[in-house]
Amino acid sequence: MNIYNKGPVFLGIVIFLALALFPFYNNFGKTNKKPDPKTDTPEIIEYEKLNGKKECVEPKAFMRGEHMVLLNDWRDGVVRDAYRGYISKANGKRFNMSIQNGCMKCHSSKKKFCDECHNYLAVKPFCWDCHIQPKEKEEAKS
Amino acid sequence: MSMDRRKFLKVAGISSILGFGASVASARNYAGQKGLVPPQVDANKETLTAKRWAMVVDMSKFKTDEDYKKVINACHTTHNVPDFRKADGSVDRKMEIKWIWTAPYERTFPGQDNKYMSEHMKDMPFMVLCNHCENPPCVRVCPTKATFKLQDGITMQDMHRCIGCRFCMAACPYGSRSFNWTDPRAASNLKGELPNKQYPTRTKGVVEKCTFCSERLQEGKLPACVEAAPKGGILFGDMEDPNSEVRKIVTNKYTIRRKPDLGTGPAVYYLIGGGDHA
Repeated sequence: MNIYNKGPVFLGIVIFLALALFPFYNNFGKTNKKPDPKTDTPEIIEYEKLNGKKECVEPKAFMRGEHMVLLNDWRDGVVRDAYRGYISKANGKRFNMSIQNGCMKCHSSKKKFCDECHNYLAVKPFCWDCHIQPKEKEEAKS
Repeated sequence: MSMDRRKFLKVAGISSILGFGASVASARNYAGQKGLVPPQVDANKETLTAKRWAMVVDMSKFKTDEDYKKVINACHTTHNVPDFRKADGSVDRKMEIKWIWTAPYERTFPGQDNKYMSEHMKDMPFMVLCNHCENPPCVRVCPTKATFKLQDGITMQDMHRCIGCRFCMAACPYGSRSFNWTDPRAASNLKGELPNKQYPTRTKGVVEKCTFCSERLQEGKLPACVEAAPKGGILFGDMEDPNSEVRKIVTNKYTIRRKPDLGTGPAVYYLIGGGDHA
């Protein structure tokens, strides 16, 4: 088989492969740290002490998978239909439908609760462009 | 089964039309479905409700500059409204965000001024804000339904949906809407500690305006401006309720509204020369 311009062609192929496969060999053998969101803020520990268990708006599995849907429904409920209370299907309690005056009152660390997974998955919700995030406790100490 | 070309095309065409129609219908159903409905959700017990919220501004109660300032400050700190200023400390007109502000007579009630009216009336600043119109032009032009009417008559703004097209600003005859040209948190009064940590700020690229404090009504509180105004200066109530204070004043006294000839049906009434007994 006769190939014209053998040298440059093969050099090109090698360079292309080197670039295209960079992510694979660069990360080869490295263990990927799974995100580990924490629900151990002082507020939640206090709640657990008083009530003997941790409980949220809905069960953990549902919240993990569907919290974005829930938050969207809350948003429309509050802004467009003037509802303020959400009655949990899991425990029948009434929750204030608000991210900054509801969720973040217990989950008071955005870093450990939100960013842990969102950074891992490279999703950037824009909640905090407008809503006010709680102050991180560690930063307050130092 | 054998089928000639003509028959095949007929069947395929009709079924694709039917199929397409069905998919559109189901999409409509889905979008029209409410995410949350009672009893899954409810309103706060303390919520103040009305058929038609309205406001009466009694201009005779506003006597000093301080009275106006207090009202504007109360509103703007409650809602984290940014205060953009030029280097020399004057208000930056292009960047300015205002929910409630003052305007002279000829701009508040254009066409109703005359050259013999008292200097006092001519020069007096009037408290102006969103009129929460019966028939709001801003709602008609909004392409995303980001601005819409609540059932209690409030013209509400959903910041999540606003795409910043500014049609509403062009449509509003009262200049009640302001656009965020930059991140409002860069303004001098919102840097660092925010005035109200219970209420969000806005973001770059959305239009904002007065909401008749709908979030405060849900907590059973009157609008911030009503509380901050001199006693009786701003009254707030249900215009559909014949026994409400606002209705009684509008029925028994002579009040005027801004540009009523445009047919927008403003819900902010001005009592001029009300005196101490109004």
